Amino acid sequence: MPHHCDMSLNVESLVESPLAAPRPLRLIDDTGRAAPLDEAGGFALPDPATLLNLYRRMVVARRFDVQVTALTRQGRLATYPSALGQEACEIAAVAALGAEDWLFPTYRDSIALLTRGVPPEHILASFRGDWHSGYDQNAHRIAPQATPLATQALHAVGLATASKLKRERTVALTLLGDGATSEGDAHEAFNFAAVWQAPVVFVVQNNQYAISVPLDKQMRCRTIADKAIGYGMPGYFVDGNDVAAMYAVTSSAVENARAGHGPTLIEGLTYRMEAHTNSDDPSRYRDPGDLEIWRRRDPITRLDTYLCEIGALSDAERADIRAEAEDLAADTRECMTRSAPVDPLELFDHVYSTPRAALAEQRAFLAAELDEHAEHAEHAEHAVAASVAAHSGVNS
Amino acid sequence: MTLPDTAPTPLRAPVTLTMAAALNAAIQDAMRNDPTVVLFGEDVGPLGGVFRVTDGLYAEFGESRVSDSPLAESGIVGTAIGMAMYGLRPVVEMQFDAFSYPAFEQIVSHVAKMRNRTRGRIQLPLVIRIPYAGDIGGVEHHSDSSEAYWTATPGLTVVSPSNPADAYSMLREAIACDDPVIFLEPKSRYWAKAELSLPVRTAPMTTAVVLREGTDVTLIAYGPTVKTALATAELAVAEGLSIEVIDLRSLSPFDDETVGASLRKTSRAAVLHEAAQFGGYGAEVAARLTERNFYHLAAPILRITGFDIPYPSPKLEQYFLPTPDRILTALGTWEWN
Repeated sequence: MPHHCDMSLNVESLVESPLAAPRPLRLIDDTGRAAPLDEAGGFALPDPATLLNLYRRMVVARRFDVQVTALTRQGRLATYPSALGQEACEIAAVAALGAEDWLFPTYRDSIALLTRGVPPEHILASFRGDWHSGYDQNAHRIAPQATPLATQALHAVGLATASKLKRERTVALTLLGDGATSEGDAHEAFNFAAVWQAPVVFVVQNNQYAISVPLDKQMRCRTIADKAIGYGMPGYFVDGNDVAAMYAVTSSAVENARAGHGPTLIEGLTYRMEAHTNSDDPSRYRDPGDLEIWRRRDPITRLDTYLCEIGALSDAERADIRAEAEDLAADTRECMTRSAPVDPLELFDHVYSTPRAALAEQRAFLAAELDEHAEHAEHAEHAVAASVAAHSGVNS
Repeated sequence: MTLPDTAPTPLRAPVTLTMAAALNAAIQDAMRNDPTVVLFGEDVGPLGGVFRVTDGLYAEFGESRVSDSPLAESGIVGTAIGMAMYGLRPVVEMQFDAFSYPAFEQIVSHVAKMRNRTRGRIQLPLVIRIPYAGDIGGVEHHSDSSEAYWTATPGLTVVSPSNPADAYSMLREAIACDDPVIFLEPKSRYWAKAELSLPVRTAPMTTAVVLREGTDVTLIAYGPTVKTALATAELAVAEGLSIEVIDLRSLSPFDDETVGASLRKTSRAAVLHEAAQFGGYGAEVAARLTERNFYHLAAPILRITGFDIPYPSPKLEQYFLPTPDRILTALGTWEWN
């Protein structure tokens, strides 16, 4: 069995390494019990109120994700890369950030946007095809969701460095996937961040597949987190389905960055429960048995169990959270059925801050074309009306 | 566009400056006037750049504003994007034309598109300086003319000065510009000299200028070929040919007005560049001038350019670069009546 299917990760046969066996750091185990201390890597469990908040956000985010996947299947959206199963990484990353910090997400991280307060309609505008990025990036301090892999990691390093140069406290956090770590820009971002001691946190969601390609075809080393050593920064290999661990490690990394101690690389080991996008067919490359294994490690179920056991989640609270999730799903359905007109002439408005004669010409050309179409449509309408009138005249 | 000087740069007594020194002064004055201007790249710090364009800036402004980056061009441009998003005005250097290619994705996919992608919410006021073109006896990868890659990309402003005065004025304007600018510096002109009283202000960065008036032919040049065009016009006098020389200065946007007016006057035009002809920038110039001025033309617009081959090694570059002789021969292929 390839090592990416097995949480116990016995990869010593692949690489002889002087490092300790890679066992993911965790605070709450698969079954919802507090993990033994030797797995906690010195991190403490967040308090129950924090955990309850993370739980609520994960439940709401999952309901949103499932709803959007359904809307995509109904043809309301052109595409949607789901983060089902990855809620712990996504929500922990956002929860670790302050209002002044910047998030640099990818196309798979829509639930991170949701958790940081972006309205569903603005998140989905790009997937519906309205515009390439549909939210107010500055208001939310969220860069556009990056499509070219790992490119946004360099932007995060640059912004973090600017914050440091201006002696401000802003930290940048970027989300990456396992496949993206093969890109040159990931390497350059890790290296620049370490050399410049930039206040930046890299959260790699290792969901084990880059579309269809498993991690053992991306790299030869044991974990992505190990790579941090080579760049001279701390790296953490974390159970990416344990939101308590992801939150504890990410918060600590953010605060370290803020305190001037430089970057951190965090790998969350998780699993992409859905296809890459709606146009993908994972049955061609994944063992369906893996889904069952990972369903048993579900981030929401295990936290639910834990919170119930410590008496921090009542049935009434759970029902309340579910109602909130259902309300959001209903809002999402409603906003996606609303018509969203686009303005073809806006195509020319944002390319440059300084007006260009050539673009003004092309805008006028398109405007004239649109006027002509409108006129034709009007003529056609008149013709139909006249024909209807003539026929009704004959008939009467 | 006016320069956003917090305090106007005082006028200094005239001095003789090379283009490299004029570029240096432009960055220095911009940094003195605007604390958000930062400079980084390969060897731009204590060394002052391999062409000494950033000489002395590290000493004056220190590590926080002038720094040597790790040796990775995508990293340089990618981090400059993040800095520009956070209120800085980065000026970065790609050490040589062909070394800008690792940054191609960051430039094409993000620098050029960020403003449009975000409906103008995120502007990227950054300058990417690229020493380009040949005629310096450089080894492979040190003499490319890559301008058509950038001009084919909507969202970029692409300019190239040909003399010290423009070098100063256009770089000041590029740094002050809210849009990203690809600033192409013709290496062979770095040592060209002029007497200047700084801060010199020439025509706006995005306009072409008529450098020499003429009545028979419009010769369109930019960057390194401007000098060749002027030498050609001088030689042509003896042949009774009056050549008007235009320095485009801005490749994107293209100044249709200035170039079109000249063409309608002379009715003949040729465009010069070092880059290969096929799919080169001259093809765009010839096509759009023809589309807009066909009935004023007495002859097809010529492209006099490098051959469609990779840039040659030092002993062979003299056969590759357009010379005044080659230009005059090409103009002689037109029917003159």
